[in-house]
This record gives sequence, C-alpha cells and structure tokens, in this order.
Amino acid sequence: MAFPHGTEAGGAGAAAGWIGPVVAWSTRLDESALDALIRALREDGREVIGPTVRDGAVVLAPITAPSDLPAGWRDIQDAGRYRLAPAPGETTRFTHAAPAQGWKRFVHPPEDRLWRAHRPAHGDLTLEDPPPPPPPRAFLGVRPCDLAALEILDRVLAGPDQPDPAYALRRRDALVVSVDCGTPAASCFCATMDTGPAARDGFDLALVELVAEDGRPVYLARAGSPAGADLLDRLPGTPANDADRETATSQRDRAVATQTRALPPGIRGVLAGAIDSRHWDEVAARCLACGNCTLCCPTCFCATVEDSTSLDGRTAERWRRWSSCFTEAFSYIHGGAVRGDRGNRYRQWITHKLSAWHDQFGGSGCVGCGRCITWCPVGIDITAEAATLDAEAHARAGAPTPGTAAIAATHP
Amino acid sequence: MTAAATAPRRPTLAVHKFASCDGCQLSLLDCEDELLDIAQAVEIAYFLEATRATAKGPYDIALVEGSITTAHDLKRIRAVRRQAKVLVTIGACATSGGIQALKSLADTDDYINAVYAHPRFISTLDTSTPIADHVPVDYELRGCPIDRGQLLHVLTALLHGRQPRLPNHSQCVECKRAGTVCVTVAAGTPCLGPVTQAGCGTLCPRVGRGCYGCFGPAETANTAALADHARLPVQDGGAGLDATATRHLFHGFNTNAPGFREEGLRHG
Repeated sequence: MAFPHGTEAGGAGAAAGWIGPVVAWSTRLDESALDALIRALREDGREVIGPTVRDGAVVLAPITAPSDLPAGWRDIQDAGRYRLAPAPGETTRFTHAAPAQGWKRFVHPPEDRLWRAHRPAHGDLTLEDPPPPPPPRAFLGVRPCDLAALEILDRVLAGPDQPDPAYALRRRDALVVSVDCGTPAASCFCATMDTGPAARDGFDLALVELVAEDGRPVYLARAGSPAGADLLDRLPGTPANDADRETATSQRDRAVATQTRALPPGIRGVLAGAIDSRHWDEVAARCLACGNCTLCCPTCFCATVEDSTSLDGRTAERWRRWSSCFTEAFSYIHGGAVRGDRGNRYRQWITHKLSAWHDQFGGSGCVGCGRCITWCPVGIDITAEAATLDAEAHARAGAPTPGTAAIAATHP
Repeated sequence: MTAAATAPRRPTLAVHKFASCDGCQLSLLDCEDELLDIAQAVEIAYFLEATRATAKGPYDIALVEGSITTAHDLKRIRAVRRQAKVLVTIGACATSGGIQALKSLADTDDYINAVYAHPRFISTLDTSTPIADHVPVDYELRGCPIDRGQLLHVLTALLHGRQPRLPNHSQCVECKRAGTVCVTVAAGTPCLGPVTQAGCGTLCPRVGRGCYGCFGPAETANTAALADHARLPVQDGGAGLDATATRHLFHGFNTNAPGFREEGLRHG
C-alpha cells in the first residue's frame, strides 16, 4: 500500500509535483454515464454512498440516482463558516469541496457493537458475533484528499500489526470512485499536503468533471484496478482526446493555484519542540474543547469502548464509539485526567496530527481537507496556529520565518 | 422452604419531587417498553405520580426531581437523604436549580407579586438551588427533561453494582456521531452545544435548532469564547447576538449552573 505522504509536512516542495504531466484519462463519458454508473453499481448489489445536499450542507449519504447529487449548489467554506450558495442553472454535480464529514463514518462507524453476550436462566453463557457488516458499498465522488485519508486509515486500522477486522471488511468491500476536485474552498490546502486536487492512486475508478461547450457536464475516466476497469467497460464512453486532457490539466492547475492556506514545511520538528510554548494558553482562551475538529477530521480514529447491561442482567453488550482527545475522559486515569485543560488538549491533537503521526505511522495525519478549519464553531485554523508556532520557533532560533502566505506563494 | 422465601429481595425505588414540573418523573413512566422489566427488577416503593400506595423507607435508590425553593423543602430533602442508600438527582431543576433559579438573580418579591393573585400565601426562599447544595448526591442526571435512556442506564448499572457511564463531554460529540450538520457553522444559528454536556440525543440540532443548554455545562466548558464568538457580527462569522440575547442564551434552564450563571451575568 503506497502511503501518499512522501514529504515531512506537506509543505511547499510537495506541491510542485502537481504541475506535472497530463493525466492519461482513457475515456470520455457524457452526462448520461452517471446514471449508468450508479445503475451498474446497484446492479452489483452495492449501496452507493455519495455527496448530497441535506440541512444546508453537502453530506455523504446513500444515493440512488444522479439527481441525488448536489447540482446547482456551491459551497463556501472558511474558518468557522460553511454556506451553500445556489448556483442556478449549473448542472455540474461535483463543484463542491470537502463534504461536511468524510468517509470515516462508513468504514469506522461512530457507533459499532463489538459483541453481545447472553446468560440464560438455565444453560451456558453464549457470545454472539457482531452484527453482519452492511452490504458492499460504492463510494462515489471521493475527493483526492479523502482518498489520502482512507489510505491513512488503512495504515492505522488495517495495518499488519493490529488489524481491525470490521474495518478491513468494510474497506475491502468498498469500491471507490474518485472525482478530482476543481473547486477547492478557501479552507483547503491539499496541494501543499501533496494529496490533491487530483487523484493519483487509491481508487478503482477515477473521474474528473469538466464543463462541455454546451454548458453540460462531461466526465473523463480512468481505471485504477481490475474492478474499476470492469466497471468502466460497462459505461457508454468514447476514447478521451488530448483537448479534453488539456482541459482537465488546466482545471487541476487552477485548483492548485486558488489555494492560499498551507502548513509550514518544518512543522513536524517545530511541534516536537513546542511542548512548553506559551501559545497553548493563548489557544486555550479561544478553544471550546468541543471536539468538532477531531470528529470531522477524516483521519482521527480514536474511539472509546463502553459496556451496557440489560435490566435483568442477562445480556451484556460492548460498544465502540468515536471519542476525542478534547474530552476529559480521553486522558482519564485513576485519580484524574492527564490533560485537564484545553491548551493541553489542543497541543495533543495538533502535535499528534502533524508531528508524532510521522513517528507512529510514517507520514502526516493531515490531508489538507480543511474540515477542522471550517467546522470549528469559533474558527480556529490549524494552518494559522501552526504558522504562529513556526514563527515562535524561528524567533527562538534567531532566523526569519517564511510565514503561511509566503509558503503558499511558492507554488503556482 | 418455598421459592418465594428464598427469592432475593428486590431493591426498593423511591421517586421524590421538589420544585419542578414533573417532566423528569414522567420519563420513568415514559419507559413504556421497559416499565414491566423495571417493576420486576425493583420494588417501586414510593412514587406518588404513579401510585398513592407507598411503602416505608429506607429505600435502596431514591430519584430526586426538583430544586429547593422553600424552608419546608430544606427539611424534607434531609429526610429524603437519610432514607436513601443511593440518591440520584434527575433533571435541570435538581442538578442546577432549574429555570426557576432566575429568581435567584432578581428580587423574589417582584416575582411573587407579578405571578400570584394573593402573594401573602406564598412562603418561599429567595433562591432556587440544586439538591447537591444541601445533601450529598451520588449521581446526577442532567437535562430538561432527562433522557430516559440515561435513566434506564443508571438504574441498570446500580442494580448490577456497576459504575454508570454518564459522559460529561460536549453535545458536539453527540452531533458529529449522529452525522448532524452543525447549525452554528452551516447556518449561523446560536448554539450552546460546544459548552453543553451531551446526552439528549441531539434533539434540537437535528431539527435545525441551536442547543439551549438543557443538559447544563460540559466539562472544561469555555463559555466566554463561545459567547464572544456569538456576539460577533454575522459577516465576521458570529451570530450577531446583542448582550441581552447572549444573557438569555445562558440564563435558561440552567441559569444557576456554575459557568452559565457567570457567563450570563457578564452580558448583564
């Protein structure tokens, strides 16, 4: 399994790779192919999960037809703010950035029963297996940042050392159809994290959505696995031409150029040396310790395990539920919580995500999707906090700091 | 020896009411599917809302609803405590003083004169205070009303000698697990979720309304940061609340809860 993060921190150097060769899209699909695609996936017995509009946001949910996809909407995302703006007449379906929550909930559910045991009045204790996993799924419209997130979760939850069987099964049974991102939000920084806006690998079928001369959407496709190739064969397509490929390339390069946020290249080392920074107190004054950043992060995987019993005491269950390092219970050991205040908890999260994750899992835990920035109720921005800590470290070392704007400016 | 004589005695349950609306007690009766199981697992010994037949204490488990607002309450809660092996307070009134604690921040006589036709019949304290201000409390169930799932969970845990699991983290954890879209970020709706304890089942945010904090403050709640952000103009990402609206946000069902009380007063 290729880990997508070759560089230490993402950072400016990583982005250069994107201004590269034209991608070898093989097939051109017109709009009707989306219907054929969803139909084919459903015929294969798959539940199709994709982006759809609900409660004022693009969310991921089961879909059954192209009309479920978000056409005629643009998302506006910035620190602490998300709005859907109507785009009347627009027929493209994938002109949104990261959906409200990532794919984590479909492979590592927020609540999962691990086992149930029953002790009858007469007879032996029996242990039930966990409930059967859901039917095989297709993930449609996976953004490249979220592809990278799935690969990180694979490494954490399905690695050779301690694989989680339920995760591995769900992941194995999921067919992934990615769609390159042409419309990053202000909160996005995938380009410098080297995870997007175009997919490189980790998909069965990759698509990019373009706008044809008549204003209707058109798709270029390429397969990334035998299953994807088989699926593509069943869709009504024509060979892609060079003009289409050039259009896709320009769209990709524009999507890189519009991104202004970035993490400092040396953030891994900076955070490792920032344990005693005074900045944590400053963050603590603004941070709500609500846990939203961790829960909407597509790679935060922490969970807690909780037991329950029936009233008659004959049935017991063990459930796994999403947890967050921002809760007191997360670091509670006998006598109290190790990380009692908000500053400690923010430090734990950002340091694990951007620094210790490298030591633990061989890459950064951040994919640059920007969700923690958008969905923080008070708009705390991981790139801004990282830049402040970076500047502090440079000041200590007596060297000038490049600053976030300068980092972003070093790639087109 | 008969089977009945060897059967273990069922633990006794008592339900007491102080200043409250009865809604939390109703949550027990609302456990329709589980009510028979509950009645088999415990002996309901004192529960005036359900039956006027009562058995004498002491009781193994006492559920206490309501706040302390009269001198008579003050005496009675001590008697209730003496009669209870485990005392569980249920609801915002019992755990923080309830909506009626608004009077603690005002002139009680003004309230009495405004509300009652014959104020001279009213004998009340100037405050509405939680049970834990007066007697030791073993467990607290938050909410207005309480969540019946949490009530069942606590009863079950107590019956089997296990620690109940009552999360004290923010409501946001529950919203994100449920996949509820954040009403503050996506719609600019003021919401107390980030500083409110989880447990309600995301009742309000899942229908597009902001959390009004009926479960009271979460652990490590940063009420000041939330309030300051909510007071920012809408174009700056806030909810554009003025001082009065911000005070009202915090001074609701948990007016007297530590954190909410001070934050509301800050926007006086």
